[in-house]
Amino acid sequence: MNPVNYLYLAALLFSIGATGVLIRRNAIVVFMCIELMLNACNLTLVAFSRMHGNLDGQIIAFFTMVVAAAEVVVGLAIIVSLFRSRHSASVDDASLMKL
Amino acid sequence: MSFPLLTATAVLPAIGAIATAAVPAAQRTAAKWLALLVSLGTLALAITVLVRFDPDGDRYQLTESHSWIAEFGVRYELGVDGIAVALIALTALLIPFIILAGWHDADPLETGSKRWRPTQGFFALILAVEAMVIISFEATDVFLFYIFFEAMLIPMYFLIGGFGDRAHEHGEKAASTQRSYAAVKFLLYNLVGGLIMLAAVIGLYVVAGNFSLQAIAEARANGTLDMATNTERWLFLGFFFAFAVKAPLWPLHTWLPNAMGEATAPVAVLITAVVDKVGTFAMLRFCLQLFPEASKWATPAILVLALISIVYGALLAVGQRDMKRLIAYASISHFGFIIMGIFAMTSQGQSGATLYMVNHGISTAALMLVAGFLISRRGSRLIADYGGVQKVAPVLAGTFLIGGLATLSLPGLAPFVSEFLVLVGTFTRYPVIGIIATFGIVLAALYVLVLYQRTMTGPVKPEVSAMPDLRVRELVVVAPLIALLIFLGVYPKPITDIVNPAVQQTMSDVHKKDPQPEVEAAK
Amino acid sequence: MENLIALLIAAPLLGAAVLLCGGRRLDAVGQWIGTLLSFASFAFGVVLFADLLGKDPEQRTLTQHLFSWIQVESFQADVAFRLDQLSMTFVLLITGVGSLIHLYSVGYMEHDERRRRFFGYLNLFLAAMLLLVLADNYLLLYVGWEGVGLASYLLIGFWQHKPSAATAAKKAFLVNRVGDMGLSIAIMLMFLWFGTFAFGPLLGGEGEPGMVGDASEGKLTAIGLMLLLAACGKSAQVPLQSWLGDAMEGPTPVSALIHAATMVTAGVYLIVRSGAIFNAAPDAQLVVTIVGAVTLLFGAIVGCAKDDIKKALAGSTMSQIGYMVLAAGLGPIGYVFAIMHLVTHGFFKAGLFLGAGSVMHGMNDEVDMRKYGGLRKYMPVTFVTFGLGYLAIIGFPGLSGFFSKDKIIEAAFAKGGTEGWILGGCALLGAAITAFYMTRVMLMTFFGEKRWQPDENGNEPHPHESPKVMTIPMIVLAVGSVAAGFLFNWQSSFIHWLEPITGHDHGHAPLSAGVITGATVACMVIGVAIAYGQYGRRPVPAVAPRGSVLTRAARRDLYQDDFNHVVLVRGGEHLTRSLVYVDHTLVDGVVNGTAASVGGLSGRMRRLQNGFVRSYAVSMFGGVAILIAATLLMRAV
Repeated sequence: MNPVNYLYLAALLFSIGATGVLIRRNAIVVFMCIELMLNACNLTLVAFSRMHGNLDGQIIAFFTMVVAAAEVVVGLAIIVSLFRSRHSASVDDASLMKL
Repeated sequence: MSFPLLTATAVLPAIGAIATAAVPAAQRTAAKWLALLVSLGTLALAITVLVRFDPDGDRYQLTESHSWIAEFGVRYELGVDGIAVALIALTALLIPFIILAGWHDADPLETGSKRWRPTQGFFALILAVEAMVIISFEATDVFLFYIFFEAMLIPMYFLIGGFGDRAHEHGEKAASTQRSYAAVKFLLYNLVGGLIMLAAVIGLYVVAGNFSLQAIAEARANGTLDMATNTERWLFLGFFFAFAVKAPLWPLHTWLPNAMGEATAPVAVLITAVVDKVGTFAMLRFCLQLFPEASKWATPAILVLALISIVYGALLAVGQRDMKRLIAYASISHFGFIIMGIFAMTSQGQSGATLYMVNHGISTAALMLVAGFLISRRGSRLIADYGGVQKVAPVLAGTFLIGGLATLSLPGLAPFVSEFLVLVGTFTRYPVIGIIATFGIVLAALYVLVLYQRTMTGPVKPEVSAMPDLRVRELVVVAPLIALLIFLGVYPKPITDIVNPAVQQTMSDVHKKDPQPEVEAAK
Repeated sequence: MENLIALLIAAPLLGAAVLLCGGRRLDAVGQWIGTLLSFASFAFGVVLFADLLGKDPEQRTLTQHLFSWIQVESFQADVAFRLDQLSMTFVLLITGVGSLIHLYSVGYMEHDERRRRFFGYLNLFLAAMLLLVLADNYLLLYVGWEGVGLASYLLIGFWQHKPSAATAAKKAFLVNRVGDMGLSIAIMLMFLWFGTFAFGPLLGGEGEPGMVGDASEGKLTAIGLMLLLAACGKSAQVPLQSWLGDAMEGPTPVSALIHAATMVTAGVYLIVRSGAIFNAAPDAQLVVTIVGAVTLLFGAIVGCAKDDIKKALAGSTMSQIGYMVLAAGLGPIGYVFAIMHLVTHGFFKAGLFLGAGSVMHGMNDEVDMRKYGGLRKYMPVTFVTFGLGYLAIIGFPGLSGFFSKDKIIEAAFAKGGTEGWILGGCALLGAAITAFYMTRVMLMTFFGEKRWQPDENGNEPHPHESPKVMTIPMIVLAVGSVAAGFLFNWQSSFIHWLEPITGHDHGHAPLSAGVITGATVACMVIGVAIAYGQYGRRPVPAVAPRGSVLTRAARRDLYQDDFNHVVLVRGGEHLTRSLVYVDHTLVDGVVNGTAASVGGLSGRMRRLQNGFVRSYAVSMFGGVAILIAATLLMRAV
């Protein structure tokens, strides 16, 4: 199969993720969309790795997974504490950081 | 290696500043005495510099040179010529008087007020300013100069904003607002000037490859460093703008009346008599030496601006209701004279301008400090709130009058010598500008005498009727200044001897010769 | 002997320093210290005078070089003194009359608590005035020139608690500063064209021609006119005369010494000293004579209308100095006579002022002549000395004023041509008016019925003769006013004395000397007769009548002050006020406007920071998209 198709798929996944980040209010959903974007990137990396015939992209993909895991830990913790303090998981309710 | 005298002169007040700031809060008086002692020690070092300086020797003496930031060719280079020596002496001389005059300015407010007054900080900041001003006079590396030229804004900002004058016609709250406005204005004006200068400093590095004043000036003189005409002009303007803000020159002057009006009298003296002198000094040292051709190109415009400063400052001084702002506008007029003398490009003009810097420092200090004593007694800066002080406090009135007479350049007092030299120096090259500037002496008489008449003469106002005369501490501040004004008015030779050779060097930098008298030449 | 010259100045300067810095300890003896040092200076002057007399007339110039004052390349000003016949004359006049007036002031200021300071100022004045006449270059002269201005300022405003005195002092200083501007421009011109402003090289002397001989007439005219501006300020000549009348706010001895005998004549000194410049600049000379002629009539007319005895005398001073300036403008024909009139005027005008002071002393400081009358019975010594001064000033034959004024009128006619007739005519007319107003003063003060009334507190003045310490100086000055003219004309001694310095030229009057003298005396008699008709034969009203248009104008100094007030003071106030406004709104406004617009812009920009995570995300995506698009575009190009 032509590896370029993987790139099309990755672009599609990334766009779905980006749209989700922009239009959904629920923090959990936003979070999952971010994960989707990250994994779209991973897919690209792996695809390129395959296309160029070296392993660099796959190694970076592993890095990304580790970072994503760390992010999940921190991100979910923030979302949980936000939910505790305001009884809502909507990102629009947390809009205090402004001038 | 010989003892680094110039470094010591600048480092002593810097260490003094740190030490003063470190004195425990309870020991207020000890901090004051420490600051005074340090400033006197600096004065002693400055006098040593003065004595060790040989007017007929090399251009820059007591030089020190160390590598600092090798990657950019920045060096720690110090050296003084006659002009710098005179100004270092002035700075070191004035600081003890400023400290003594501001002895109680940073004391805690009346009992009952909870506000914390960092007495130690006040004196430490003054010493910090002194250290930075002195090193600016000494630096012969453009980058080193730039750093301290800018850094002195920080302590000045806190001195104006934190320890301002509490006398205000609309109460303390208004005074506080005005004070922060003045401090921010001071900072912004000078920062803008400084940033433009920074661009020019970088530009100079790009063109010349190093920051050493002597190396660049030499390369320019013997033709190894060529600058395109436009490059030179832009760089000149970048430097000049910063100095014109600091000096200040019309129309960049409006920060000065605010700053001097809102600061206490000793800090106002620090601004106008010490810090602003760095601006005019730098015009002589950096603008003329680094960019001789561009300086000549800009001369007509600068002379016109200086002339406007002279007349405009004097006219505005006449129209002021607040005596500190009046003195500030008078200073703007005087800075016009100094800048006019520098750019007249004659020996008399430039020697006169240097002498003017020294004399203006002393005379403004005398007038402003006495005005400060007066204001502290009555708690008002408005001229209209006074009247008949002469009757109740004759010594105060007398010293005020002498300070005023010095400001109007009465012959026999020091400022006359410098003002006349500037006028003659300008006149020989630009007669029309010289004649118009002469009107300044009439206007000066007007604002000084009006100020004296309204405050000191006439029937005694009830509010001033119990005013005490000068105290011993205040007399100790004023009397030496007045003695110096008289001495330098009668015998200015000690200063002119030091300054003249340096001015000759500057004149040769810009390739200018004094005009020859026509009749004698014709003979 | 030269070394004594500095002592002439040092003595009063020391006095000023001691008295002004000495503090209250010296209050009791201050007046005597001041007087003593003034007499010491006079004694040095006499010694030097004797020394000069013993020398050959051509060798009578002593110079003393003290130290180099200002030196910047070719600009060289020394503290050096020159004592020649001209300055010697002034030294004797200044220290002599000055000492007498010090003595008089001991009595006059007896009850003033700030008297120590008064004597300090007087000594300061003497020192500055001596510096003015002894200086060897124009810049040092300038120091003395402004020094006397300062002393005059301090002394006019001596009674500072009176707002009028403080205002008058300020006005005097300011008007003088306008003149000083002329002097400083003159010095700058000298330096520009000649490279020096020292008397010796510039003006020549002792047989050597000065540099001015090589200069074009236009240059010398410019310098001459600037010097004239200076002289107008100091000597109260039109158009800078307005300060002198107000200067009478000062204590009367001050008016006598500074505003009659010495300081106001400094302008005449300046013109005579600069004779070499004026001789080669006929246009400047013409302007000098015109100024002199106009002022002599102006002052005389003003003097006729004033009811304040001191202001009447001030008008007279202005007018008499007008005579001197006129004479000085005539060139070598007139220099000697200008100085001669200056000296005789110094005697009789000082005497008249001291007399006026004595009258005021006895009349509770009343100055309005309409409240005097018949005082000759109460104060005989004052009456006699004042009377002799009066006779001298109107030019009564045989007294000093007669000789000096007559010579000036002759010299004016001798200028020749239409100018000569006009100037001579003015001088003659002035003589008649002088006789009129002085007779008026005399009659209103010493003759007629007493017109004084108790004041609102019921204090009636008790006119009485002044103490000896005041009358003795008056007597000495009266003797001087009587005898000086005769002495000076004895074998033309004064002309011979000054000739080596000023030069002298007899000139050719279109009329014979006898005719002119006759005309002068006739004018005087007419003036006296008219005054007698108006003030001697009928009682003087105690309240001034409205008077004719001219009288009213003269009372207000011919509206010159009003003109100044409207044009200069009001105009200046408007100018400064509008400039303050401009500075605040325009110059500062640009800066504050910039600050405000930056502030406004950031106010808009901060709305972007709305706190919604998703809008931040949009801007991030947008930014990235733009960056990528840009990169691709760059590639494509």
